Amino acid sequence: MMPNDRPAASSIHCRDVTVQFAPSSVAVDRVELTVQSGEIVSLIGPSGCGKTTLLRAIAGLQPMNQGRVELDPVAIASEGQIGFVFQQPALLPWASTLQNVLLPLELIGRGTSRLRREAAEHALESVKLADARDKRPHELSGGMQMRASIARALVTGPSILLLDEPFAALDDMLRNELGRLLLSLWQQQQFTAVMVTHNISESILLSHRIAIMRDGVLESVIDNPIAWPRSPSQMRTPEFAQFFGVVSDLLRGPSSATVGAQEDTS
Amino acid sequence: MSGAAKRSLTTQVSDAARHWGPALWVAVIAVAIWQLVAWGFDMPSALLPKPAEVWRAAAENRMELLKALYATGLAAAAGLLAAIGLGSLISVAFSQSRRVRLAFFPYVIFLQTVPIVAIAPLLIIWSGYQFRTVVIVTVIVCLFPIVNSVTAGLMAIDRQWSDLFSLYGAGRAKKLARLQIPAAVPYLVLGAKTSSGLAVIGAIVAEFFVGNGTDYDGLGTLMTHWQGFVKTDALIAAVFTSTLLGLFLFGLVHGTSRTLLRRWMDAT
Repeated sequence: MMPNDRPAASSIHCRDVTVQFAPSSVAVDRVELTVQSGEIVSLIGPSGCGKTTLLRAIAGLQPMNQGRVELDPVAIASEGQIGFVFQQPALLPWASTLQNVLLPLELIGRGTSRLRREAAEHALESVKLADARDKRPHELSGGMQMRASIARALVTGPSILLLDEPFAALDDMLRNELGRLLLSLWQQQQFTAVMVTHNISESILLSHRIAIMRDGVLESVIDNPIAWPRSPSQMRTPEFAQFFGVVSDLLRGPSSATVGAQEDTS
Repeated sequence: MSGAAKRSLTTQVSDAARHWGPALWVAVIAVAIWQLVAWGFDMPSALLPKPAEVWRAAAENRMELLKALYATGLAAAAGLLAAIGLGSLISVAFSQSRRVRLAFFPYVIFLQTVPIVAIAPLLIIWSGYQFRTVVIVTVIVCLFPIVNSVTAGLMAIDRQWSDLFSLYGAGRAKKLARLQIPAAVPYLVLGAKTSSGLAVIGAIVAEFFVGNGTDYDGLGTLMTHWQGFVKTDALIAAVFTSTLLGLFLFGLVHGTSRTLLRRWMDAT
């Protein structure tokens, strides 16, 4: 299956998801979260609060001690139906950009060599990296490496895209540029996405809802009132500033949260 | 020659002078001190010959030295290559099974710690006075740095890379072939560089035992032979020849790694 033959976006249902690394260390504590089909949800919270662990559990990379993750329709990672963008670009340094993007298709053994190549070239074009196909990662800038990493995550045409602080290591300009790119890719491909981030503005600009975690617990999931389609210019609106304050208060702790919190009960 | 080509040649020569100049100066100063000590203390030639005497001995015995250089070089290269092959296979086994690693790694360390001069006579009893025995000793000496380095490379896989392969259902074999082995190549190069110097040492130590009274003539054989006749000047010439062999082997590994494995080296 190539990107233009993509499956319907899956919804994600985390049911009582619990991950414990040691008896006294609960990384994710009975999390209940639903991400609707085609929706982007940001997971935000202090460092070490379990965001990445929850994301890895959704991807099937992290064994759970309790609970389950249901994907509807079922999305099978080993068939390329889940894409993952890591915090670092994690490109193989000995392979060209094109070879890196080809890798998921080769690992899942999808299509002929020619079809795989076409899909990888298409994915590179979609992130505006067609000219860098033969370059190796160390020849690319940080932003280009991250774009290649996004192309690699999308090359299989996944119905779910998981992003683990993908822009954390980039400067503000690149962060905005890649945010715009992500929105444009989402508008074209309508995948369901969960994005871990530390950046409140980024979470507001890029997501439909924001899930706030603390100490492994999902404290609240709030609807994002900012209108679609999104653009960085909205970051200068009073509405954006007001919602930024709400999220910021919730992040500071339960005592600061006074408005807008809505528990996710789905 | 065009102006640009001339400039490029000049630049290359000046780069080379900058790179090798300090080392050459150290060599010149060391030879000068050697000459001064031998001359100033009026040392007998049997104890400390002058640099010119060593040069003369090297010229007089050049055919023997070249023949020995070839034999030792061949044994060292064969031993190094065998150690790279065997060491890589052992490392793959170690990286795939913790049990295998726990069971056998102490014995690889044993190879590093056991005095080679102590086991060389044993190996001669088992394998005979021949080229093969020199290669076996060389393999034993070279094995540990390769196994240690390559095992570390195979196991030092970034979690994100590992997650990426797991996400797309890559099994152990695919991870090994497409991720671990390529990632370990720079580590293999590092281990091979360390072992390239040791290979010459191993071969010469083995030749101390193997060469006596046989047709095999390596640098170690020549050294023991000239030591018996107190031909100190020729002995020092053999020492320099073996050092040059070590440098050549190191350069060969370094050059091969730079040209053949450029993509990995650029990446590290």
